Amino acid sequence: MVLGIETSCDETSAAVVKGGTRLLSNVISSQMDVHRKFGGVVPEVASRRHVERITLIMQKALEQAGVSIKDLDAIAVTQGPGLVGALLIGVSAAKALSFATGIPLVGVHHIAGHIYANHLVKPLEFPLVALVVSGGHTELIYMEGHNRYERLGRTRDDAAGEAFDKVARLMNLPYPGGPHIDRLAAQGNPGYDLPRAWLEADSLDFSFSGLKSAVMNLIHNASQRNEAIREADLAASFQEAVLDVLVEKSLRAVKRTGVKRLVLAGGVSANSGLRVRLHQRCAQEQIELLIPPLELCTDNAAMIASAGTYQYLDGNFAELSLNAEPNLSLV
Amino acid sequence: MKMLAMDTSTLVMGIAVLHLEEKRVLGELTTNLHKNHSVRLMPALDQLLGDLELNMSDIQALAVSAGPGSYTGIRIGVTTAKTMSWALGLPLYSESSLTVLAMNGLRFDGVVVPLFDARRRRVYSGVYRREGERMVEQIPQQVVEVDLWLEQIAELNQPALFLGDDVVRFEEVIRRRLGEKARFGTAAENIPRASQLGMLCRHKWANHEPPEHADFSPNYLQMTEAEANWIKKQGNGETSHAQKS
Ligand SMILES: [Zn+2]
Repeated sequence: MVLGIETSCDETSAAVVKGGTRLLSNVISSQMDVHRKFGGVVPEVASRRHVERITLIMQKALEQAGVSIKDLDAIAVTQGPGLVGALLIGVSAAKALSFATGIPLVGVHHIAGHIYANHLVKPLEFPLVALVVSGGHTELIYMEGHNRYERLGRTRDDAAGEAFDKVARLMNLPYPGGPHIDRLAAQGNPGYDLPRAWLEADSLDFSFSGLKSAVMNLIHNASQRNEAIREADLAASFQEAVLDVLVEKSLRAVKRTGVKRLVLAGGVSANSGLRVRLHQRCAQEQIELLIPPLELCTDNAAMIASAGTYQYLDGNFAELSLNAEPNLSLV
Repeated sequence: MKMLAMDTSTLVMGIAVLHLEEKRVLGELTTNLHKNHSVRLMPALDQLLGDLELNMSDIQALAVSAGPGSYTGIRIGVTTAKTMSWALGLPLYSESSLTVLAMNGLRFDGVVVPLFDARRRRVYSGVYRREGERMVEQIPQQVVEVDLWLEQIAELNQPALFLGDDVVRFEEVIRRRLGEKARFGTAAENIPRASQLGMLCRHKWANHEPPEHADFSPNYLQMTEAEANWIKKQGNGETSHAQKS
């Protein structure tokens, strides 16, 4: 039984997971409403909310799971990457709990957590390729087994989710913009011509900043000419440009590594366009596709507890000097 | 009964263990370094308890500095203390980090002014006077522009002892404004002590004051910049609206 703690951005979360796969509780306190008025996550505001909520959330996670602290085998906490001030709340709480009780502590990489969100639905089978897409990350990861990660590609500038949010802001859509673009895109036609950054022929890296600039120019030029933007069409065009690259590069990664499974992870997994496209392409290519349910796509502690379970089983414990690592690397 | 006290609200990291009934400090560890509290706090606790041959199960109460000070620093202390309090079912008491520092001037004949730099010519400070074995606020702690603050202190027309490592940044303007009335702490007096925090919280414990709750938060003394700007914007919006109608 592992208690997970996650505070890397604007969600304060604690969860109890049994045996790595059985979710007993997953309490998430979202700060979305707090940050909406600022048009994005304000780190200091997030940290203040985390410190206020953290103990109550841990308490609630144990209550809902019907277990007490002494039933825990390990405490797993997001060590990074993320906002340093926010991460520090989870790390401080986890270390204090571990020190006070003698229960071993493991530090978990946030992206490993996102991948293991799938493990709570259906046990992961290896080897696999994972596409991790969120507001902070866009990565293709190869996994040979538990705890074994190899990076195949990553974004060289903006994360996919970041691109969604920035373009939403350009279009004056409310924060967070991703879901709004997804909704609009479903009603529009991809009539605007936008670039796709394929990079070098063999590269599995991503780049979305050029696409964002292209949208900016398009909106700017239209307003210069006093032309109205077809909002739904622009959303559809932008979304398609992002998805084309995400989907094709994921399939290339699967082919290149010779695996049979693709796992989707991270907040952008909630994008309905991405889900549909991946389902179609994977069906065509006879690749098994795993997509977590919506409630496990966004940041949560259950995924951290799940990933942490295998580090615990490997004896990969953290020291009392464990620190938050805002730029922690997975591999 | 023993109390574990911790203060990480400034560069100083202090931890102490007190015997509550005997009113004794059993051990104390203090450093004043540009180093990460997050990395060092737990190993330091481990070391101090080890030296005292104690375990966390020997601790019956907790004390923590509530701020003001470094936002990140205070949060590390408060999160650590709150979590231990919850995990072990121990009462948690808190005290202002300025009051803790003011305790170093307990024997001073006059008012005591602990002070932390709040940047942009502002300070976190309060004016304290002695009451028995404790320091109490005469002018409440606040974040204030240093010149305005010195005006208020000058009006008291009393010797004023300035405490804290940040005081040196304002020494010149303090001397200019208060002249002979201004006094300055020694190097040792400028360091907040976790044992003082413990003694202040011991007082709360002895007086059966209610301990902190699980949603206890640091006292930052000021809202975040983002919130302040947002309120300002709302305020402007309201005024222009009022002018229109
Ligand atoms: Zn995430």
